[in-house]
Amino acid sequence: MNQIKLMKRGQKGGDDAEEGPGAPELCKRLRQDDSEDGAVDWRLLPEEILLQIFQYLPLLDRAFASQVCRGWNQTFHTPELWRCFEFELNQPASSYLKATHPDLIKQIIKRHSNHLQYVSFKVDSSTESAEAACDILSQLVNCSLKTLGLISTARPSFMELPKSHFISALTVVFVNSKSLSSLKIDDTPVDDPSLKVLVANNSDTLKLLKMSSCPHVSPAGILCVADQCHGLRELALNYHLLSDELLLALSSERHVHLEHLRIDVVSENPGQQFHSIKKSSWDAMVRHSPKFNLVMYFFLYENEFGPFFGDEVPVTHLYFGRSVSKEVLGRVGLTCPRLVELVVCANGLRPLDEELIRIAERCRQLSAIGLGECEVSCSAFVEFVKMCGGRLTQLSIMEEVLVPDSKYGPDDIHWEVSKHLGRVWFPDMMPTW
Amino acid sequence: ETRGGNTIESTVATMVVNSVHWFRKGLRLHDNPALQEALNGADTVRCVYILDPWFAGSANVGINRWRFLLESLEDLDTSLRKLNSRLFVVRGQPADVFPRLFKEWNVTRLTFEYDSEPYGKERDAAIIKMAQEYGVETLVRNTHTLYSPDRIIEMNNHSPPLTFKRFQAIVNRLELPRKPLPTITQEQMARCRTRILDNHDERYGVPSLEELGFKTFKGDSSHVWKGGETEALERLNKHLDRKAWVANFERPRINAQSLFASPTGLSPYLRFGCLSCRVFYYNLRDLYMKLRRHSSPPLSLFGQLLWREFFYTAATNNPNFDRMEGNPICVQIPWDHNPEALAKWAEGRTGFPWIDAIMTQLRQEGWIHHLARHAVACFLTRGDLWISWESGMKVFEELLLDADWSVNAGSWMWLSCSAFFQQFFHCYCPVGFGRRTDPSGDYIRRYIPKLKDYPNRYIYEPWNAPESVQKEANCIVGVDYPKPMINHAESSRLNIERMKQVYQQLSHYRGLSLLASVPTIQEEAEPPMSDDSYASSSTAGEARQSSIIILTGFTVQLSVFFALFLSVNQNVTTLPDLTKKSFTMPKKINA
Repeated sequence: MNQIKLMKRGQKGGDDAEEGPGAPELCKRLRQDDSEDGAVDWRLLPEEILLQIFQYLPLLDRAFASQVCRGWNQTFHTPELWRCFEFELNQPASSYLKATHPDLIKQIIKRHSNHLQYVSFKVDSSTESAEAACDILSQLVNCSLKTLGLISTARPSFMELPKSHFISALTVVFVNSKSLSSLKIDDTPVDDPSLKVLVANNSDTLKLLKMSSCPHVSPAGILCVADQCHGLRELALNYHLLSDELLLALSSERHVHLEHLRIDVVSENPGQQFHSIKKSSWDAMVRHSPKFNLVMYFFLYENEFGPFFGDEVPVTHLYFGRSVSKEVLGRVGLTCPRLVELVVCANGLRPLDEELIRIAERCRQLSAIGLGECEVSCSAFVEFVKMCGGRLTQLSIMEEVLVPDSKYGPDDIHWEVSKHLGRVWFPDMMPTW
Repeated sequence: ETRGGNTIESTVATMVVNSVHWFRKGLRLHDNPALQEALNGADTVRCVYILDPWFAGSANVGINRWRFLLESLEDLDTSLRKLNSRLFVVRGQPADVFPRLFKEWNVTRLTFEYDSEPYGKERDAAIIKMAQEYGVETLVRNTHTLYSPDRIIEMNNHSPPLTFKRFQAIVNRLELPRKPLPTITQEQMARCRTRILDNHDERYGVPSLEELGFKTFKGDSSHVWKGGETEALERLNKHLDRKAWVANFERPRINAQSLFASPTGLSPYLRFGCLSCRVFYYNLRDLYMKLRRHSSPPLSLFGQLLWREFFYTAATNNPNFDRMEGNPICVQIPWDHNPEALAKWAEGRTGFPWIDAIMTQLRQEGWIHHLARHAVACFLTRGDLWISWESGMKVFEELLLDADWSVNAGSWMWLSCSAFFQQFFHCYCPVGFGRRTDPSGDYIRRYIPKLKDYPNRYIYEPWNAPESVQKEANCIVGVDYPKPMINHAESSRLNIERMKQVYQQLSHYRGLSLLASVPTIQEEAEPPMSDDSYASSSTAGEARQSSIIILTGFTVQLSVFFALFLSVNQNVTTLPDLTKKSFTMPKKINA
């Protein structure tokens, strides 16, 4: 009877008002037909309704349902149910999660490959899983995908495949789809030539491209994408691919407003030198897309921040994944007026009082802050919260960060902060046993 | 009708009370109400500990834990000897042992300390049922925890608190824990003379490590943590002396010295029950009130004890608490399965001296500082290796003296951000965190002697030292000491992305904020709890705490991501089942 309830809810939109009977009438009819003990003949359920029900069922339950009778089996194979699919490729030796059944994969390729539109592959850390993903990709010849996501849930196993093998599988999709709108290929061996193929076939439709940590791509390769794909709204890449030319291409007149730009700045070797981006390039971006979000994740050694935070940079979401110095945090306050979220993994044991106050003063959009292994005196912290007030919707501070002083002890700091925030607040705690 | 060989009539007629007290945890004579019950009006009392040497080898228990246990049992035996009794260590399994003992000793009363863990409750229920069949009365007393976990759950609308702050808020409203009982006296024991046979040592003596299958070396007696009630009580006194001398009850900030085993450390003794948690509680409380002129102590004074309580409470009704699959409070994270990497971590061969030193201390001594635990747990799971917390939990279970089922599993879930709604952004750097904690590097030098000649500049990252430095230190990376097994910057980048993927899928959060990916459960913001009895709060601090709870009921909206799953009555905190991949209403499958 739960399914009947679902059915009623599904009908609320009035989808099938014209076509099928209304739900209550249908129930009556079903019950009348096989009137032994008011039993219902499920075979009489119209396909539209069955389809709605099937859409609510997880795949496994749907598959079981499809074994009930020919009618239900037929509905199971309706194209609408196969627009969206997530292939889960795991090996028992390397993952705790279940994989999509190989027979099901075969069936999908045989009967539904031309229905697929929104596809993702989740692979574990074994090379076999990545190979299996490529295998499937190569067979999607009749496919016109709108979305493709290659997601490694643990170690990036796509990187362990022979590059040519991966590229040829991927280009099958690029060439056949012609209307790719969203592409997630982080941590894969994609290269410049394959990006050219992507652009040649999908430049009108591409809106989202995530390719962090693709070491075989060069700045020229990504520039080609920006030059041709004027609808690109979301882009994620590593800092070494970022260039002044790229930013200018993204802010050219023909280009739509950019919504998100995500940049990962990762140090391969200590003492690595990074190039800097001109302030004028960032200014062009902001002029062209005033509302765009710039998300920057830094994984650098403390002494590698030279090229950063010297000039104003329009970053909105900033994450320091390793220890960052007091001095750099001071510069952040001076150069990041658009800052919305600041998350600091660690700083070291020198209080960040001045730096935080400055950030409260200068970063008027700041609404989220997270501090891990840092130190701030309680008074300075209260001052910071007072200055930011209610605009702080996320305040995640580890308990050890707050250093008691003459004004506030560890037991009353949360009361003060809660007062200024206008809601109950406690620092984050870790078990101490 | 006869039961167990005794006629009920004869038992009633003679009214002989033969008690057996069953030690499991609670290995002490002080503050032991269950044992007191055994003695109460009894004609004979026997204290037993049941141990199966056959399983000792296969159980996931390392030599240090066995040694600690055996020392605790020896200590009990010694203390009982002074009271003209002995400890009976019975070989076997409880289900087999008890019927035999019930008959042999004509047992009429069985007493033991309550075990709140799901496995313990099941085992005890079976024993109680069996005892009934033998006409044995069973008396159970709750003394391993300060409070009754069931009581706390009841006060939290019938579910265990899943944030520590909520837990503290509830505890704040409870009465103080029951006062501890004094230790068993000569007089009490004198009334229940136990006949000790000549072959007692043979039959019921405390086994040796050899008997359990461990090889020990001659003169291998210098170990850091000595088991037993006597040692526990001595340490308690030293612990309190130190606090009094410092006159400071603040949580000490970690320094290099804290990493080494402390002669006043108490956690293993609390775990085995050599020290009563209530004795510890009241001693702390009384000392505080003495030194701070009778002001009531804040809850933070009892931090260590309350964390313990928190995890016992969270686990008591959840038999799947120690695993990811089928555990309703555990986020399903696609951990990697990598036995080789796990072995390197467990054996201290990661190539990161900070991590390796900690794991070496753990294996050698059985205790590491809680921040050291955070460091290695983060490294294994969400920080670097992306291996399941269950694997780490099992290694700790084997090696860590104070790890028991609830606390160990709960802590691992907490540290791996698998439960309890923790933010995952703060990653402990296996180089930086160590260096900031102990700039001198002495901790590394002590536990990884191979590195002792490295200068401070490179001791946390020897692979970065120039060849000349490595040669001079007589320790070449890659030859004498392993190369680092991963690139931390790259691993942490990958892993923060993985965690974000998992949490965003869970909460359907589509925004850019890293912090907002983790749903918040504002348990504190709910309307007042079901229990109307508000404990009197004597300090301003406590009064403020309770008033926050009342105030926010009116002023703050419950901002919960799982609104769809809470029942209409907002008081009910039934949490969604996190084992399902997504827990919103099933959506139509479309873009």
